[in-house]
Amino acid sequence: MDDKVTTLNLLKEGNTARVDGLLSVGSMRRRLQDIGLIEGTTVQCLQRSPAGDPVAYLIRGAVIALRAEDASQILVRGECS
Amino acid sequence: MGLTGESTGLRMVQSPKSIQRQPGEKVVALAGNPNVGKSTVFNFLTGLNQHTGNWPGKTVSNAQGKCERDGRTFVLVDLPGTYSLMAHSAEEEVARDFLCFGEPDAAIVVCDATCLERNLNLVLQTQEITSRVVVCVNLIDEAEKKHIRVDVQRLSKLLGAPVVATGARSGKGLEELMRQVERVMEQEPPAASTVQYPREIEQALALLTPAVERAVHGRLPARWLSLKLLEGDESLLRSVDTYLGASLLQTGAVAGAKKEAERTLRAAGIGAERFVDLVTAACVRKAEGISREAVRFERGDPMRRDRMLDKIFTGRVTGLLTMLLLLALVFWLTITGANFLSDWLSQGAGIVEGWLTDFFRWAHAPDWLYGALVQGVYRVMAWVVSVMLPPMAIFFPLFTFLEDLGYLPRVAFNLDRFFKKSGACGKQALTMCMGFGCNAAGVVGCRIIDSRRERLIAMLTNNFVPCNGRFPTLIAILSMFFITASAGVLGSVASALALTGVILLGVVMTLLVSRLLSRTILSGVPSSFTLELPPYRRPQVGKLLVRSVLDRTLFVLGRAVAVAAPAGLVIWLLSNITVGDMSLFAHCTAFLDPFARLFGMDGVILMAFILGFPANEIVLPIIMMGYMASGTLTSYESLDALRVLLVDNGWTWVTAACVMLFSLMHWPCSTTCLTIRKESGSVKWMLLSMVIPTAVGLSLCFLLRSVSLLL
Repeated sequence: MDDKVTTLNLLKEGNTARVDGLLSVGSMRRRLQDIGLIEGTTVQCLQRSPAGDPVAYLIRGAVIALRAEDASQILVRGECS
Repeated sequence: MGLTGESTGLRMVQSPKSIQRQPGEKVVALAGNPNVGKSTVFNFLTGLNQHTGNWPGKTVSNAQGKCERDGRTFVLVDLPGTYSLMAHSAEEEVARDFLCFGEPDAAIVVCDATCLERNLNLVLQTQEITSRVVVCVNLIDEAEKKHIRVDVQRLSKLLGAPVVATGARSGKGLEELMRQVERVMEQEPPAASTVQYPREIEQALALLTPAVERAVHGRLPARWLSLKLLEGDESLLRSVDTYLGASLLQTGAVAGAKKEAERTLRAAGIGAERFVDLVTAACVRKAEGISREAVRFERGDPMRRDRMLDKIFTGRVTGLLTMLLLLALVFWLTITGANFLSDWLSQGAGIVEGWLTDFFRWAHAPDWLYGALVQGVYRVMAWVVSVMLPPMAIFFPLFTFLEDLGYLPRVAFNLDRFFKKSGACGKQALTMCMGFGCNAAGVVGCRIIDSRRERLIAMLTNNFVPCNGRFPTLIAILSMFFITASAGVLGSVASALALTGVILLGVVMTLLVSRLLSRTILSGVPSSFTLELPPYRRPQVGKLLVRSVLDRTLFVLGRAVAVAAPAGLVIWLLSNITVGDMSLFAHCTAFLDPFARLFGMDGVILMAFILGFPANEIVLPIIMMGYMASGTLTSYESLDALRVLLVDNGWTWVTAACVMLFSLMHWPCSTTCLTIRKESGSVKWMLLSMVIPTAVGLSLCFLLRSVSLLL
């Protein structure tokens, strides 16, 4: 397992990482937490939309699409498979 | 596109915070994440027809209905779907306020068995407000298919609340659900679970809770309220004060205890933001732990099938392609099926007219009465039924099929990039889809968009997709003027592609106008967004047919007939009352004519659009009536008769194209306008929503006519 910290938008399709922290503020931060994105949550990058953005992620059993600029506010660690 | 009498009427826009209850009636709140089948549970128990569909955020207001059981009456309140009760959005506030201040006797939290972990978060939060909670693990049949096993007994023990597994679509488990609801009403479950927060927060709560407890006298949950006080939730505090009829902070020792609790938190280095982070995380972790113990994934990836479908429906190359193909396929089926049905219906209408004629002869009715009622009103009504009804009756079930399948959120996913570039929200694609059914429903649906700016953009542009009232008009004109040459399969394919083209024009205009708006009066940057792509579900074809034909088609038809009949009479009167040397109708159309001709139309057409304000369905029939003032429609057989009538009145392909353009782009119908005023809160936005599409439509018509003159 690779331990470097990166942001969620850089995660490759099919890869999995663990949330290290949220840089988002305000209502977006709350919304991400409500869908279960907290420190330690495992996130898998499922696939890009036809235009490349947004991207669908698997978060606690649900599929959630996020735009690149929002995903870039989510710090993740590792690209464990 | 919840299109029923209720969903398009003004009832749609109300969301009661409290409800009226008769003595002896028990109130049950129905909470749950978006898209977990809450409305299905509600419908099954109440026998009502709250619209259901497979996409998040569909229930936008509190619906309520009654459920009788063993002589007792329960009032069920369907709360908006929310992920949490932290009141970060309007829906969450409505849901939270009802649970907190609506004094429900019990709450059902509906969960999705295929995605239980995230749903438990809401269960835990609800249990903080009331311990009379019954957990409904819905979609259990879907979970079984995906080899997800939920241990109901274990879950019930861990949560300290009754848990019932249900398959609401077939009604499975709902009887037991209501039994458990009755049970918790009689006796509070003894050991409801509580979320344990980090030590520092628990210490602060221990300081504050007793003071709050004394102040609220058990009328509100003290521990939860203390948590909210420390969180600094101002809006809740105001609601609490109103509810208690006194200021909570000025009661007893609350203010002092709060200060002390805050001091403890500060000493531990927990600021406002960190406090909420910790509270949320504690809840999520507890849900995670419970789910780990009670849910078992028996075989590999339960979502394999969904992922494969997503590869097709949202793939890089295939995503947009399948979207266009599906759209064209739906139109092809609609047009082909409608032709078939129309022939059949018009033959029937011809037979009935024979009977009517015989009857009028037998009764020696005067000629003018026969003319007005049979040749005027009846023929036009028959025409509405045989030409307008079939496309709706076929389009609706097909569209509902895609909606129930879960395809619409994928459209939003595919198109989000384009909407973002226009400064709008990807969820606008969803409200746009709803507009196909009914623009008023589409406008109400805009509530799923959080940012006010983006919501207004979606409302103002919703009318650029043609609603069901305009579809048949577009199809009829297309088949009369553009695809007549080639009959058979080739002809219907061509019609379908042409109609797809018209819709695409509407979508392009939506994007362009959205862009224009977000660069001018509604300027701003696109806000962040999360979009859930729910699991695909197999639609129930039987129910779907009944629902779409009865609820939607007949409702729309009923409205069309109700408006068309008086309109028929008005027009007959206008054409038969003469002032000077011309009829009133002729005066009106003559007045409009020079203006209308600039845009490739004529006075009768423009008059029809104006009179069609209450319902777009009747525009074409009014045009017919207008022309028939000088000659009557000779038969119902196919559209040829109408085509002859139109050509006799000077229609060319340019007229036809301009009418289609203007039908696609003009002011919304009266219901939609009222809805926009209500939803936007101002007449200004309503007027703008009328002016924008009209201006765009007229400009394009003018352009087309001018170019055609040069040819």
